[in-house]
Amino acid sequence: MKILVAVKRVIDYNVQIRVKEDGTGVVTDNVKMSTNPPDDNAIEEAVKIKEAGKATEVVAITVGEEKAQETVRKALAVGADRGIHVKADGILEPLAVSKILQKIVEKEKPDLVFMGKQAIDDDCNQTGQMLSALLNWPQATFASKIDVKDKKLEVTREIDEGLETIEINVPAIVTCDLRLNEPRYASLPNIMKAKKKPIEEISASDLSIDTSPRVEQIKVEEPPKRKAGIKVANVAELVQKLKNEAKVI
Amino acid sequence: MAVLLIAEHNNKELRPFTLNAATAASQIDSEVHAVLIGNNSAEASKQLSELPVIKKVLSIEAPHYENFTAENFAPVVVKLAENYSHIICSANTFGKNLMPRIAAHLDTSQVSDIIKVISSDTFVRPIYAGNAFATVKSNDAKKCVTIRPTSFDPCESSGGSAPIEKIDAAEEFSNTKFVKREEIKSDRPELGTARIVVSGGRGMQSGDNFKLITEVADKLGAAIGASRAAVDAGYISNDHQVGQTGKVVVPDLYIAVGISGAIQHLAGMKESKVIVAINKDGEAPIFSVADYGLEADLFEALPQFMEELNKLNTIQK
Repeated sequence: MKILVAVKRVIDYNVQIRVKEDGTGVVTDNVKMSTNPPDDNAIEEAVKIKEAGKATEVVAITVGEEKAQETVRKALAVGADRGIHVKADGILEPLAVSKILQKIVEKEKPDLVFMGKQAIDDDCNQTGQMLSALLNWPQATFASKIDVKDKKLEVTREIDEGLETIEINVPAIVTCDLRLNEPRYASLPNIMKAKKKPIEEISASDLSIDTSPRVEQIKVEEPPKRKAGIKVANVAELVQKLKNEAKVI
Repeated sequence: MAVLLIAEHNNKELRPFTLNAATAASQIDSEVHAVLIGNNSAEASKQLSELPVIKKVLSIEAPHYENFTAENFAPVVVKLAENYSHIICSANTFGKNLMPRIAAHLDTSQVSDIIKVISSDTFVRPIYAGNAFATVKSNDAKKCVTIRPTSFDPCESSGGSAPIEKIDAAEEFSNTKFVKREEIKSDRPELGTARIVVSGGRGMQSGDNFKLITEVADKLGAAIGASRAAVDAGYISNDHQVGQTGKVVVPDLYIAVGISGAIQHLAGMKESKVIVAINKDGEAPIFSVADYGLEADLFEALPQFMEELNKLNTIQK
Protein backbone atom coordinates (compact mmCIF):
# COMPACT_ATOMS: atom_id res chain seq x y z
CA MET A 1 0.00 0.00 0.00
CA LYS A 2 1.25 3.45 -0.92
CA ILE A 3 0.29 6.55 1.04
CA LEU A 4 0.47 10.09 -0.28
CA VAL A 5 0.43 12.76 2.43
CA ALA A 6 -0.25 16.41 1.65
CA VAL A 7 1.35 19.03 3.87
CA LYS A 8 0.99 22.81 3.92
CA ARG A 9 3.31 25.53 5.14
CA VAL A 10 1.51 27.99 7.41
CA ILE A 11 2.31 30.62 10.02
CA ASP A 12 3.37 28.75 13.17
CA TYR A 13 0.46 28.14 15.53
CA ASN A 14 2.19 29.99 18.35
CA VAL A 15 2.64 33.24 16.41
CA GLN A 16 0.39 36.13 17.34
CA ILE A 17 -1.24 37.06 14.02
CA ARG A 18 -0.97 40.71 12.97
CA VAL A 19 -3.15 42.22 10.28
CA LYS A 20 -1.38 44.42 7.71
CA GLU A 21 -2.26 48.08 8.01
CA ASP A 22 -3.25 48.33 4.35
CA GLY A 23 -5.87 45.60 4.83
CA THR A 24 -4.38 43.28 2.21
CA GLY A 25 -3.69 40.36 4.50
CA VAL A 26 -1.71 39.38 7.55
CA VAL A 27 1.98 39.99 8.22
CA THR A 28 4.09 37.05 7.03
CA ASP A 29 7.50 38.73 6.72
CA ASN A 30 9.95 37.53 9.36
CA VAL A 31 7.27 35.37 10.90
CA LYS A 32 8.00 31.80 11.96
CA MET A 33 6.46 29.30 9.55
CA SER A 34 5.77 25.61 10.23
CA THR A 35 3.90 22.65 8.90
CA ASN A 36 0.15 22.95 9.41
CA PRO A 37 -0.33 21.06 12.74
CA PRO A 38 -2.85 18.37 11.67
CA ASP A 39 -0.68 17.69 8.59
CA ASP A 40 1.99 16.55 11.07
CA ASN A 41 -0.56 14.05 12.40
CA ALA A 42 -1.21 12.89 8.84
CA ILE A 43 2.49 12.23 8.23
CA GLU A 44 2.86 10.53 11.61
CA GLU A 45 -0.05 8.19 10.91
CA ALA A 46 1.27 7.25 7.47
CA VAL A 47 4.72 6.52 8.90
CA LYS A 48 3.21 4.44 11.71
CA ILE A 49 1.22 2.40 9.19
CA LYS A 50 4.41 1.79 7.21
CA GLU A 51 6.31 0.83 10.38
CA ALA A 52 3.53 -1.65 11.15
CA GLY A 53 4.27 -3.30 7.80
CA LYS A 54 0.97 -2.24 6.26
CA ALA A 55 2.34 0.29 3.79
CA THR A 56 5.28 0.13 1.46
CA GLU A 57 5.90 3.77 0.71
CA VAL A 58 5.04 7.18 2.16
CA VAL A 59 5.27 10.12 -0.22
CA ALA A 60 4.97 13.67 1.11
CA ILE A 61 3.66 16.39 -1.16
CA THR A 62 3.24 20.12 -0.84
CA VAL A 63 1.88 22.73 -3.21
CA GLY A 64 3.22 26.23 -2.91
CA GLU A 65 6.07 28.67 -3.16
CA GLU A 66 9.79 27.82 -3.04
CA LYS A 67 9.99 27.77 0.75
CA ALA A 68 7.04 25.39 1.08
CA GLN A 69 9.59 22.65 0.37
CA GLU A 70 10.68 22.93 4.02
CA THR A 71 7.49 21.11 5.01
CA VAL A 72 8.29 18.21 2.69
CA ARG A 73 11.86 18.08 4.04
CA LYS A 74 10.46 17.91 7.57
CA ALA A 75 8.14 15.05 6.55
CA LEU A 76 11.15 13.20 5.13
CA ALA A 77 12.96 13.71 8.43
CA VAL A 78 10.18 11.94 10.36
CA GLY A 79 9.92 8.98 8.03
CA ALA A 80 8.44 9.80 4.62
CA ASP A 81 10.40 8.08 1.84
CA ARG A 82 10.39 10.75 -0.81
CA GLY A 83 8.83 14.09 -1.60
CA ILE A 84 7.03 16.03 -4.29
CA HIS A 85 6.94 19.80 -4.46
CA VAL A 86 4.45 21.33 -6.86
CA LYS A 87 5.66 24.89 -7.25
CA ALA A 88 3.02 27.56 -7.44
CA ASP A 89 3.01 31.19 -6.37
CA GLY A 90 0.26 33.44 -5.13
CA ILE A 91 -2.98 32.56 -3.42
CA LEU A 92 -4.06 28.97 -3.99
CA GLU A 93 -7.61 28.11 -3.07
CA PRO A 94 -8.47 24.60 -1.83
CA LEU A 95 -10.22 23.87 -5.14
CA ALA A 96 -7.02 24.62 -7.07
CA VAL A 97 -4.92 22.57 -4.66
CA SER A 98 -7.29 19.63 -4.91
CA LYS A 99 -7.12 19.77 -8.72
CA ILE A 100 -3.32 19.72 -8.54
CA LEU A 101 -3.42 16.83 -6.08
CA GLN A 102 -5.80 14.99 -8.38
CA LYS A 103 -3.21 15.16 -11.19
CA ILE A 104 -0.51 13.88 -8.87
CA VAL A 105 -2.76 11.06 -7.61
CA GLU A 106 -3.44 10.00 -11.19
CA LYS A 107 0.31 9.79 -11.77
CA GLU A 108 1.42 8.31 -8.44
CA LYS A 109 -1.58 6.01 -7.94
CA PRO A 110 -1.50 5.92 -4.14
CA ASP A 111 -3.95 3.73 -2.23
CA LEU A 112 -4.49 6.37 0.41
CA VAL A 113 -4.18 10.12 0.60
CA PHE A 114 -3.84 11.67 4.05
CA MET A 115 -3.84 15.33 5.05
CA GLY A 116 -4.83 17.55 7.96
CA LYS A 117 -8.53 18.23 8.34
CA GLN A 118 -8.06 21.98 8.17
CA ALA A 119 -5.26 24.47 7.62
CA ILE A 120 -4.89 26.90 10.47
CA ASP A 121 -4.29 29.88 8.17
CA ASP A 122 -7.40 30.10 5.98
CA ASP A 123 -9.42 27.70 8.19
CA CYS A 124 -11.23 26.46 5.06
CA ASN A 125 -11.52 22.74 5.82
CA GLN A 126 -12.11 21.81 2.17
CA THR A 127 -9.16 20.26 0.34
CA GLY A 128 -9.55 16.61 1.37
CA GLN A 129 -13.26 16.53 0.67
CA MET A 130 -12.78 18.27 -2.69
CA LEU A 131 -10.06 15.83 -3.71
CA SER A 132 -12.34 12.91 -2.77
CA ALA A 133 -15.08 14.39 -4.92
CA LEU A 134 -12.80 14.88 -7.92
CA LEU A 135 -11.55 11.30 -7.66
CA ASN A 136 -14.94 9.91 -6.62
CA TRP A 137 -13.20 8.20 -3.69
CA PRO A 138 -14.57 7.66 -0.19
CA GLN A 139 -13.71 10.32 2.37
CA ALA A 140 -13.08 9.88 6.07
CA THR A 141 -12.86 13.36 7.50
CA PHE A 142 -11.79 14.47 11.02
CA ALA A 143 -10.22 11.09 11.78
CA SER A 144 -9.14 10.41 15.35
CA LYS A 145 -8.47 6.69 14.87
CA ILE A 146 -7.55 4.61 11.82
CA ASP A 147 -7.47 0.83 11.61
CA VAL A 148 -5.99 -0.56 8.42
CA LYS A 149 -7.68 -3.83 7.44
CA ASP A 150 -6.44 -5.27 4.20
CA LYS A 151 -8.15 -3.22 1.48
CA LYS A 152 -10.34 -1.39 3.94
CA LEU A 153 -9.95 1.21 6.65
CA GLU A 154 -12.07 1.54 9.74
CA VAL A 155 -11.98 5.18 10.73
CA THR A 156 -13.34 6.89 13.83
CA ARG A 157 -14.40 10.44 13.05
CA GLU A 158 -14.90 13.28 15.48
CA ILE A 159 -18.32 14.81 14.91
CA ASP A 160 -20.29 17.42 16.85
CA GLU A 161 -22.41 14.79 18.56
CA GLY A 162 -19.51 12.56 19.59
CA LEU A 163 -17.78 9.87 17.54
CA GLU A 164 -18.74 8.13 14.31
CA THR A 165 -17.13 5.03 12.85
CA ILE A 166 -17.15 4.31 9.14
CA GLU A 167 -15.58 1.68 6.95
CA ILE A 168 -14.12 2.77 3.64
CA ASN A 169 -12.64 0.83 0.76
CA VAL A 170 -9.30 1.91 -0.63
CA PRO A 171 -8.42 3.98 -2.54
CA ALA A 172 -9.60 6.64 -0.10
CA ILE A 173 -8.94 10.03 1.42
CA VAL A 174 -8.51 10.58 5.15
CA THR A 175 -8.34 14.01 6.78
CA CYS A 176 -6.72 13.92 10.18
CA ASP A 177 -7.67 15.42 13.51
CA LEU A 178 -5.06 16.56 16.03
CA ARG A 179 -6.10 13.71 18.31
CA LEU A 180 -5.15 11.00 15.81
CA ASN A 181 -1.68 10.55 17.27
CA GLU A 182 1.30 12.31 18.82
CA PRO A 183 3.64 13.45 16.03
CA ARG A 184 7.27 12.54 16.68
CA TYR A 185 10.17 14.94 16.59
CA ALA A 186 12.84 14.52 13.96
CA SER A 187 16.15 13.33 15.37
CA LEU A 188 19.33 15.01 14.17
CA PRO A 189 20.59 11.91 12.30
CA ASN A 190 17.21 11.63 10.58
CA ILE A 191 17.28 15.31 9.63
CA MET A 192 20.70 14.70 8.04
CA LYS A 193 19.44 11.57 6.26
CA ALA A 194 16.37 13.44 5.01
CA LYS A 195 18.64 15.82 3.11
CA LYS A 196 19.58 12.93 0.82
CA LYS A 197 16.02 11.80 0.17
CA PRO A 198 14.69 12.86 -3.24
CA ILE A 199 12.17 15.66 -3.74
CA GLU A 200 10.68 15.85 -7.20
CA GLU A 201 9.90 19.38 -8.33
CA ILE A 202 6.96 19.97 -10.61
CA SER A 203 5.74 23.32 -11.85
CA ALA A 204 2.00 23.84 -11.36
CA SER A 205 1.89 25.61 -14.71
CA ASP A 206 2.95 22.36 -16.41
CA LEU A 207 -0.15 20.57 -15.10
CA SER A 208 -2.51 22.65 -17.27
CA ILE A 209 -4.81 23.57 -14.40
CA ASP A 210 -6.29 27.01 -13.97
CA THR A 211 -5.33 27.91 -10.39
CA SER A 212 -6.44 31.55 -10.49
CA PRO A 213 -8.52 32.51 -7.43
CA ARG A 214 -12.29 32.53 -7.78
CA VAL A 215 -12.83 34.28 -4.50
CA GLU A 216 -11.54 37.84 -4.30
CA GLN A 217 -10.17 39.01 -1.02
CA ILE A 218 -11.56 42.50 -0.64
CA LYS A 219 -10.02 43.35 2.71
CA VAL A 220 -8.61 41.81 5.84
CA GLU A 221 -9.11 43.57 9.11
CA GLU A 222 -8.66 43.06 12.80
CA PRO A 223 -11.64 41.65 14.65
CA PRO A 224 -13.33 44.05 17.07
CA LYS A 225 -11.42 44.21 20.34
CA ARG A 226 -13.08 43.30 23.62
CA LYS A 227 -13.06 46.08 26.14
CA ALA A 228 -10.75 45.48 29.04
CA GLY A 229 -12.28 43.60 31.94
CA ILE A 230 -11.58 43.75 35.64
CA LYS A 231 -10.08 41.42 38.19
CA VAL A 232 -12.32 40.58 41.12
CA ALA A 233 -10.91 40.00 44.59
CA ASN A 234 -12.86 36.89 45.52
CA VAL A 235 -15.67 34.52 44.57
CA ALA A 236 -18.33 36.49 46.45
CA GLU A 237 -17.53 39.60 44.43
CA LEU A 238 -17.57 37.57 41.21
CA VAL A 239 -21.03 36.17 41.88
CA GLN A 240 -22.33 39.57 42.94
CA LYS A 241 -21.01 41.14 39.69
CA LEU A 242 -22.53 38.37 37.54
CA LYS A 243 -25.87 38.76 39.30
CA ASN A 244 -26.16 42.53 39.62
CA GLU A 245 -23.82 44.09 37.06
CA ALA A 246 -23.72 41.68 34.10
CA LYS A 247 -27.15 40.26 35.02
CA VAL A 248 -26.38 36.88 33.48
CA ILE A 249 -27.19 34.53 36.36
CA MET B 1 -32.47 32.16 -8.87
CA ALA B 2 -33.36 30.91 -5.44
CA VAL B 3 -31.05 29.81 -2.64
CA LEU B 4 -30.91 26.15 -1.59
CA LEU B 5 -30.44 25.38 2.10
CA ILE B 6 -29.32 21.90 3.12
CA ALA B 7 -31.20 21.01 6.30
CA GLU B 8 -29.43 19.25 9.13
CA HIS B 9 -31.55 16.82 11.12
CA ASN B 10 -31.52 13.45 12.87
CA ASN B 11 -34.29 11.92 10.71
CA LYS B 12 -36.84 12.69 13.45
CA GLU B 13 -36.40 16.41 13.86
CA LEU B 14 -34.39 19.35 12.61
CA ARG B 15 -31.09 20.02 14.30
CA PRO B 16 -31.25 23.50 15.84
CA PHE B 17 -28.57 25.12 13.66
CA THR B 18 -30.71 24.59 10.58
CA LEU B 19 -32.68 27.60 11.84
CA ASN B 20 -29.56 29.75 11.98
CA ALA B 21 -28.51 28.65 8.50
CA ALA B 22 -32.02 29.48 7.25
CA THR B 23 -31.60 33.02 8.54
CA ALA B 24 -28.29 33.39 6.70
CA ALA B 25 -29.86 31.98 3.53
CA SER B 26 -32.72 34.47 3.76
CA GLN B 27 -30.22 37.33 4.00
CA ILE B 28 -28.74 36.25 0.66
CA ASP B 29 -32.06 35.97 -1.16
CA SER B 30 -35.69 36.06 -0.06
CA GLU B 31 -36.49 32.95 -2.10
CA VAL B 32 -35.11 30.14 0.06
CA HIS B 33 -35.79 26.50 -0.70
CA ALA B 34 -34.56 23.75 1.59
CA VAL B 35 -33.61 20.20 0.86
CA LEU B 36 -33.91 17.51 3.51
CA ILE B 37 -32.14 14.27 2.75
CA GLY B 38 -32.79 11.40 5.14
CA ASN B 39 -34.56 8.15 5.85
CA ASN B 40 -38.07 8.02 7.30
CA SER B 41 -37.62 11.72 7.81
CA ALA B 42 -41.10 13.00 6.95
CA GLU B 43 -41.57 14.58 10.37
CA ALA B 44 -38.33 16.56 10.01
CA SER B 45 -39.43 17.68 6.53
CA LYS B 46 -42.71 18.86 8.00
CA GLN B 47 -40.88 20.90 10.63
CA LEU B 48 -38.78 22.41 7.87
CA SER B 49 -41.90 23.39 5.93
CA GLU B 50 -43.11 25.32 8.98
CA LEU B 51 -40.15 27.72 8.97
CA PRO B 52 -41.67 30.92 7.55
CA VAL B 53 -38.48 31.82 5.64
CA ILE B 54 -38.63 28.57 3.63
CA LYS B 55 -40.68 28.83 0.44
CA LYS B 56 -40.37 25.21 -0.68
CA VAL B 57 -39.11 21.96 0.81
CA LEU B 58 -37.50 19.23 -1.25
CA SER B 59 -37.64 15.89 0.52
CA ILE B 60 -35.45 12.98 -0.49
CA GLU B 61 -35.68 9.71 1.40
CA ALA B 62 -33.83 6.41 1.06
CA PRO B 63 -32.25 3.92 3.45
CA HIS B 64 -28.75 4.95 2.37
CA TYR B 65 -29.43 8.51 3.56
CA GLU B 66 -29.99 7.35 7.14
CA ASN B 67 -26.49 8.30 8.31
CA PHE B 68 -25.76 11.52 6.43
CA THR B 69 -22.82 10.13 4.45
CA ALA B 70 -21.40 12.93 2.31
CA GLU B 71 -20.64 10.54 -0.55
CA ASN B 72 -24.38 9.78 -0.76
CA PHE B 73 -25.62 13.32 -0.14
CA ALA B 74 -23.38 15.22 -2.54
CA PRO B 75 -24.68 13.80 -5.87
CA VAL B 76 -28.33 14.63 -5.10
CA VAL B 77 -27.50 18.20 -4.09
CA VAL B 78 -25.30 18.62 -7.17
CA LYS B 79 -28.22 17.54 -9.33
CA LEU B 80 -30.57 20.03 -7.67
CA ALA B 81 -27.98 22.80 -7.83
CA GLU B 82 -28.67 23.68 -11.46
CA ASN B 83 -31.79 25.54 -10.34
CA TYR B 84 -30.09 27.53 -7.60
CA SER B 85 -27.64 30.40 -7.27
CA HIS B 86 -26.35 29.41 -3.83
CA ILE B 87 -26.04 26.23 -1.80
CA ILE B 88 -26.01 26.96 1.95
CA CYS B 89 -25.27 24.81 4.96
CA SER B 90 -24.04 25.18 8.54
CA ALA B 91 -20.29 25.06 9.10
CA ASN B 92 -20.51 22.33 11.71
CA THR B 93 -19.10 18.84 11.20
CA PHE B 94 -22.11 17.91 9.03
CA GLY B 95 -21.66 20.83 6.64
CA LYS B 96 -17.88 20.85 6.76
CA ASN B 97 -17.85 17.23 5.67
CA LEU B 98 -20.44 17.65 2.95
CA MET B 99 -20.20 21.05 1.29
CA PRO B 100 -16.69 20.83 -0.22
CA ARG B 101 -17.69 17.58 -1.91
CA ILE B 102 -20.60 19.41 -3.53
CA ALA B 103 -18.49 22.47 -4.39
CA ALA B 104 -15.81 20.42 -6.13
CA HIS B 105 -18.42 18.65 -8.27
CA LEU B 106 -19.81 22.06 -9.23
CA ASP B 107 -16.31 23.44 -9.86
CA THR B 108 -16.98 26.16 -7.30
CA SER B 109 -14.55 27.64 -4.83
CA GLN B 110 -16.39 27.30 -1.52
CA VAL B 111 -16.65 30.16 0.97
CA SER B 112 -16.39 28.54 4.42
CA ASP B 113 -17.73 29.58 7.79
CA ILE B 114 -19.11 33.05 7.04
CA ILE B 115 -20.13 35.28 9.93
CA LYS B 116 -21.83 38.01 7.92
CA VAL B 117 -23.65 38.45 4.62
CA ILE B 118 -22.71 41.75 2.94
CA SER B 119 -24.45 41.01 -0.36
CA SER B 120 -25.34 37.96 -2.42
CA ASP B 121 -21.69 37.51 -3.44
CA THR B 122 -19.77 39.17 -0.60
CA PHE B 123 -19.28 37.74 2.86
CA VAL B 124 -17.15 38.17 5.98
CA ARG B 125 -15.33 35.16 7.37
CA PRO B 126 -12.81 34.71 10.15
CA ILE B 127 -9.34 33.45 9.24
CA TYR B 128 -6.33 32.57 11.39
CA ALA B 129 -8.49 31.30 14.27
CA GLY B 130 -10.52 34.49 14.25
CA ASN B 131 -7.47 36.74 14.58
CA ALA B 132 -8.44 38.41 11.30
CA PHE B 133 -11.71 38.94 9.48
CA ALA B 134 -11.61 38.69 5.69
CA THR B 135 -14.22 40.25 3.44
CA VAL B 136 -14.42 38.08 0.35
CA LYS B 137 -16.32 38.21 -2.92
CA SER B 138 -17.13 35.01 -4.75
CA ASN B 139 -16.89 35.27 -8.53
CA ASP B 140 -18.20 31.78 -9.21
CA ALA B 141 -21.53 31.57 -11.02
CA LYS B 142 -22.83 29.16 -8.39
CA LYS B 143 -21.82 29.76 -4.81
CA CYS B 144 -21.29 27.21 -2.08
CA VAL B 145 -21.30 28.85 1.33
CA THR B 146 -21.13 27.42 4.82
CA ILE B 147 -22.26 29.65 7.66
CA ARG B 148 -21.09 29.89 11.24
CA PRO B 149 -24.38 29.16 13.01
CA THR B 150 -23.66 31.15 16.15
CA SER B 151 -23.21 34.31 14.07
CA PHE B 152 -26.82 34.25 12.85
CA ASP B 153 -29.98 34.24 14.95
CA PRO B 154 -32.28 31.27 14.52
CA CYS B 155 -35.29 31.99 12.30
CA GLU B 156 -38.88 31.63 13.45
CA SER B 157 -39.73 27.95 13.70
CA SER B 158 -43.47 28.04 13.15
CA GLY B 159 -46.17 29.70 11.10
CA GLY B 160 -44.94 28.70 7.66
CA SER B 161 -46.51 26.13 5.37
CA ALA B 162 -44.17 25.59 2.46
CA PRO B 163 -45.10 22.87 -0.03
CA ILE B 164 -43.10 19.66 0.28
CA GLU B 165 -41.95 18.16 -2.98
CA LYS B 166 -40.65 14.59 -3.11
CA ILE B 167 -37.47 14.08 -5.11
CA ASP B 168 -36.05 10.77 -6.28
CA ALA B 169 -33.05 9.36 -4.49
CA ALA B 170 -29.73 8.83 -6.24
CA GLU B 171 -27.72 5.63 -6.25
CA GLU B 172 -25.87 4.49 -3.18
CA PHE B 173 -22.11 5.08 -2.95
CA SER B 174 -20.89 1.61 -2.13
CA ASN B 175 -17.32 2.28 -0.99
CA THR B 176 -18.27 3.99 2.28
CA LYS B 177 -20.17 2.14 4.99
CA PHE B 178 -21.52 3.57 8.19
CA VAL B 179 -20.60 1.40 11.19
CA LYS B 180 -21.77 3.21 14.31
CA ARG B 181 -22.24 6.51 16.04
CA GLU B 182 -21.45 7.05 19.69
CA GLU B 183 -23.42 10.04 20.87
CA ILE B 184 -23.02 11.20 24.39
CA LYS B 185 -26.54 11.69 25.71
CA SER B 186 -26.98 14.39 28.27
CA ASP B 187 -29.84 16.28 29.86
CA ARG B 188 -27.79 19.45 29.79
CA PRO B 189 -28.26 22.09 27.11
CA GLU B 190 -26.33 21.62 23.87
CA LEU B 191 -22.93 23.24 23.93
CA GLY B 192 -23.50 25.11 20.68
CA THR B 193 -26.71 26.79 21.76
CA ALA B 194 -26.46 27.00 25.57
CA ARG B 195 -27.00 30.34 27.31
CA ILE B 196 -24.23 29.57 29.78
CA VAL B 197 -21.12 27.45 29.24
CA VAL B 198 -18.76 26.33 31.99
CA SER B 199 -15.47 25.07 30.58
CA GLY B 200 -12.53 23.29 32.13
CA GLY B 201 -8.94 23.07 30.94
CA ARG B 202 -5.71 21.36 31.77
CA GLY B 203 -5.86 22.97 35.21
CA MET B 204 -8.60 20.51 36.16
CA GLN B 205 -5.83 17.89 36.42
CA SER B 206 -8.13 14.88 36.03
CA GLY B 207 -11.42 13.68 34.63
CA ASP B 208 -12.70 13.13 38.17
CA ASN B 209 -12.14 16.77 39.00
CA PHE B 210 -14.50 17.73 36.18
CA LYS B 211 -17.30 16.97 38.64
CA LEU B 212 -16.55 20.39 40.14
CA ILE B 213 -17.43 21.86 36.73
CA THR B 214 -20.47 19.59 36.40
CA GLU B 215 -21.92 20.76 39.73
CA VAL B 216 -21.64 24.42 38.76
CA ALA B 217 -23.02 23.72 35.28
CA ASP B 218 -26.02 21.88 36.73
CA LYS B 219 -26.69 24.68 39.16
CA LEU B 220 -26.64 27.24 36.35
CA GLY B 221 -28.38 25.10 33.74
CA ALA B 222 -25.21 25.39 31.67
CA ALA B 223 -23.47 23.28 29.05
CA ILE B 224 -20.00 21.92 29.71
CA GLY B 225 -17.07 22.90 27.54
CA ALA B 226 -13.39 22.05 27.55
CA SER B 227 -10.10 23.15 26.07
CA ARG B 228 -8.29 20.88 23.65
CA ALA B 229 -5.71 20.17 26.35
CA ALA B 230 -8.42 18.74 28.61
CA VAL B 231 -9.85 16.58 25.82
CA ASP B 232 -6.40 15.38 24.71
CA ALA B 233 -5.62 14.44 28.31
CA GLY B 234 -8.75 12.30 28.34
CA TYR B 235 -10.54 14.31 31.05
CA ILE B 236 -13.66 14.65 28.89
CA SER B 237 -14.95 13.56 25.45
CA ASN B 238 -14.24 15.40 22.20
CA ASP B 239 -17.78 16.71 21.72
CA HIS B 240 -17.07 19.21 24.52
CA GLN B 241 -14.10 20.85 22.83
CA VAL B 242 -14.34 24.59 22.25
CA GLY B 243 -11.90 26.25 19.88
CA GLN B 244 -10.51 26.61 16.38
CA THR B 245 -10.78 22.90 15.64
CA GLY B 246 -13.69 22.25 17.99
CA LYS B 247 -16.93 24.12 18.47
CA VAL B 248 -17.52 27.85 18.37
CA VAL B 249 -19.79 29.05 21.15
CA VAL B 250 -21.33 32.46 21.81
CA PRO B 251 -23.17 32.12 25.12
CA ASP B 252 -24.35 34.98 27.33
CA LEU B 253 -21.89 33.75 29.94
CA TYR B 254 -18.71 31.72 29.42
CA ILE B 255 -16.84 30.61 32.52
CA ALA B 256 -13.31 29.38 31.76
CA VAL B 257 -11.80 27.41 34.62
CA GLY B 258 -8.18 26.34 34.62
CA ILE B 259 -7.85 27.31 30.96
CA SER B 260 -4.76 29.31 30.05
CA GLY B 261 -6.32 30.77 26.90
CA ALA B 262 -4.28 29.66 23.87
CA ILE B 263 -5.38 31.55 20.75
CA GLN B 264 -6.86 28.32 19.42
CA HIS B 265 -9.21 28.18 22.42
CA LEU B 266 -10.03 31.90 22.31
CA ALA B 267 -11.10 31.37 18.67
CA GLY B 268 -14.02 29.31 19.92
CA MET B 269 -15.34 31.53 22.73
CA LYS B 270 -14.13 35.11 22.57
CA GLU B 271 -17.38 36.40 21.06
CA SER B 272 -19.26 35.31 24.21
CA LYS B 273 -21.17 38.20 25.78
CA VAL B 274 -19.66 37.91 29.26
CA ILE B 275 -16.47 35.98 29.93
CA VAL B 276 -15.26 34.88 33.36
CA ALA B 277 -11.78 33.44 33.86
CA ILE B 278 -10.72 31.53 36.95
CA ASN B 279 -7.04 30.73 36.91
CA LYS B 280 -4.24 30.73 39.45
CA ASP B 281 -1.76 32.16 36.95
CA GLY B 282 -2.47 35.88 36.88
CA GLU B 283 -0.51 36.21 33.63
CA ALA B 284 -2.62 33.64 31.74
CA PRO B 285 -3.77 35.02 28.36
CA ILE B 286 -7.38 34.09 29.16
CA PHE B 287 -7.51 37.17 31.40
CA SER B 288 -6.98 39.40 28.35
CA VAL B 289 -10.46 38.51 27.06
CA ALA B 290 -12.20 38.12 30.44
CA ASP B 291 -14.74 40.66 31.66
CA TYR B 292 -14.28 39.28 35.16
CA GLY B 293 -11.03 37.63 36.11
CA LEU B 294 -10.47 35.77 39.35
CA GLU B 295 -6.90 34.85 40.16
CA ALA B 296 -7.41 31.85 42.41
CA ASP B 297 -6.86 28.15 42.83
CA LEU B 298 -9.83 26.57 41.10
CA PHE B 299 -10.02 23.79 43.68
CA GLU B 300 -10.86 26.42 46.28
CA ALA B 301 -12.76 28.77 43.99
CA LEU B 302 -15.24 26.28 42.50
CA PRO B 303 -16.61 25.00 45.85
CA GLN B 304 -16.89 28.61 47.01
CA PHE B 305 -18.65 29.46 43.75
CA MET B 306 -21.20 26.72 44.49
CA GLU B 307 -21.70 28.08 48.01
CA GLU B 308 -22.30 31.60 46.72
CA LEU B 309 -24.71 30.33 44.05
CA ASN B 310 -26.60 28.40 46.72
CA LYS B 311 -27.05 31.63 48.66
CA LEU B 312 -28.82 33.32 45.75
CA ASN B 313 -32.60 33.40 45.91
CA THR B 314 -33.04 32.97 42.20
CA ILE B 315 -30.88 31.91 39.30
CA GLN B 316 -31.86 32.74 35.73
CA LYS B 317 -32.36 29.70 33.58
